[in-house]
Amino acid sequence: MQWGLRGTPLSPRRALALRLGVVLAFLGLWSIASGLVVVLKLFNPIFLAGPWVVLGKVLQLALNGQLWGHVLATLERVGIGFGTGAVLALSLGLPAGRWSALRNVLEPIVELLRPIPPLALLPLFIVWVGIGETSKIAFITYATFFPMFLTTVHAVQQVDPLLLRAAASLGARRRQLFFRVVLPAALPEILTGIRLGVALSFFVIVISEFIGAEEGLGYLINDGRNFFLVPQMLGAAIVLGLLGYTSNALVVRFERRWLRWERSTA
Amino acid sequence: MSKGSGSARIQIEGVEKSFSLDGGSMAALVDVNLEIQAGELLCLLGPSGCGKSTLLNIVAGFLPPTRGRVLVDGTPVTGPGPERGVVFQEYVLFPWLTVQENIEFGPRLMGVPAARRREVVARYLEMVGLSEHAAKFPLQLSGGMKQRVAIARALANNPSIVLMDEPFGALDAQTREVMQEELSRIQRLEHKTIVFVTHSIREAVYLADRVVVMTRSPGRIKEVFAIKLPANRDRFAAEFTHYESEITQVVKEEVAKAHP
Repeated sequence: MQWGLRGTPLSPRRALALRLGVVLAFLGLWSIASGLVVVLKLFNPIFLAGPWVVLGKVLQLALNGQLWGHVLATLERVGIGFGTGAVLALSLGLPAGRWSALRNVLEPIVELLRPIPPLALLPLFIVWVGIGETSKIAFITYATFFPMFLTTVHAVQQVDPLLLRAAASLGARRRQLFFRVVLPAALPEILTGIRLGVALSFFVIVISEFIGAEEGLGYLINDGRNFFLVPQMLGAAIVLGLLGYTSNALVVRFERRWLRWERSTA
Repeated sequence: MSKGSGSARIQIEGVEKSFSLDGGSMAALVDVNLEIQAGELLCLLGPSGCGKSTLLNIVAGFLPPTRGRVLVDGTPVTGPGPERGVVFQEYVLFPWLTVQENIEFGPRLMGVPAARRREVVARYLEMVGLSEHAAKFPLQLSGGMKQRVAIARALANNPSIVLMDEPFGALDAQTREVMQEELSRIQRLEHKTIVFVTHSIREAVYLADRVVVMTRSPGRIKEVFAIKLPANRDRFAAEFTHYESEITQVVKEEVAKAHP
């Protein structure tokens, strides 16, 4: 960071202390709020469980083994659904970015479907492929395909034509141009699209698990709603948050490794 | 048929180029004929927009001519190729590759074995004075250093021809002179056939065996000067200034036509 432009940066220790402090303050405020509900008899305290009750519920579900089944079910759906979406988006988006003929075929279809919120089509997916695993996985694939496809096409189109000229005059042929220039040059934006896709897959899995699932974190939340189990609802939401955070951190790790050059400055 | 003796490395024969513009077409180059000998350093000089870069891009194979053709060692140019290295004004290094990886890009494509590649990279890094910076990424380099890497990258691929499009145009005056000296030193070692586009008369007189002055748009060849100066040139010698003023006269005529 530069002097005077963004203020004086905090030392890493102070920054960490500040971040931890904010988290603790949030937990503190939450505890006080849930405590006040009980003390002042504002409303039925089961509607706002304190953080320690929620944490206790998560621990209890983890220790009796129930939690892991739900986590695995959700992760499996996200993994397969997102993975298929990413493979489709890349295998169509990379050539579509390069060849305008393919782009002209695919783009109208994508532009037609994209404005429809994917969730609006969820019931249709269930009608078509049934209520089981396939519809949930297919739904994640469908929802994540669009942002990843569009960023990939854009990334490939944005590759500086001078880079291609430079490589061609060094003897690169079609295949080499694609793998040694187009792909690395487009990678930063493609990874941004992948991050969007990961976030989106956690977004849509929860809702598709609300509808007719027998396990999964979305099911756990919906099950909690039916029986007013607020700690279970909040607990499952927190676990989802942690999963989303971890998967995003994983993509960031790859970005750091593969895009080392972007962060190198004089 | 080819007008030349066949000994010229590059033959530019009746090349014309027009670009379509608002439904009409605009001529950029008109009837350009030129022969460039092996080992010659030829400067294309002219006012901005005279089509000198367009001509270079046609020789590089990036643009097809509207009429005429370019022959390299007797073979018509139909696209870019590794026997014609290119150095761009904007450097155009691969930002995701280190200095070393940029320089070995061409040899790697050709399947040159790793041990031989290392030798080639070391040699050209040394030649452009960047041996200590081999592991850096382009974003960590200054403009002058980037252009050195670009020159090393072009030479490491061992092209017989190097096409340079205002390579020092974006550099400050001091760096620019240092780079000119470096290029002239490298050329004395490598004996490439070089086509060098510039709008600086001093630069042209310092570097060139021949200077081709082009007219303002649409570009044609106005006059060709053979620079008979020693290989190691002194910018303050009387003969140097003589060439400079002689060429300046001719260039001025062209600029005056643009602003009557």
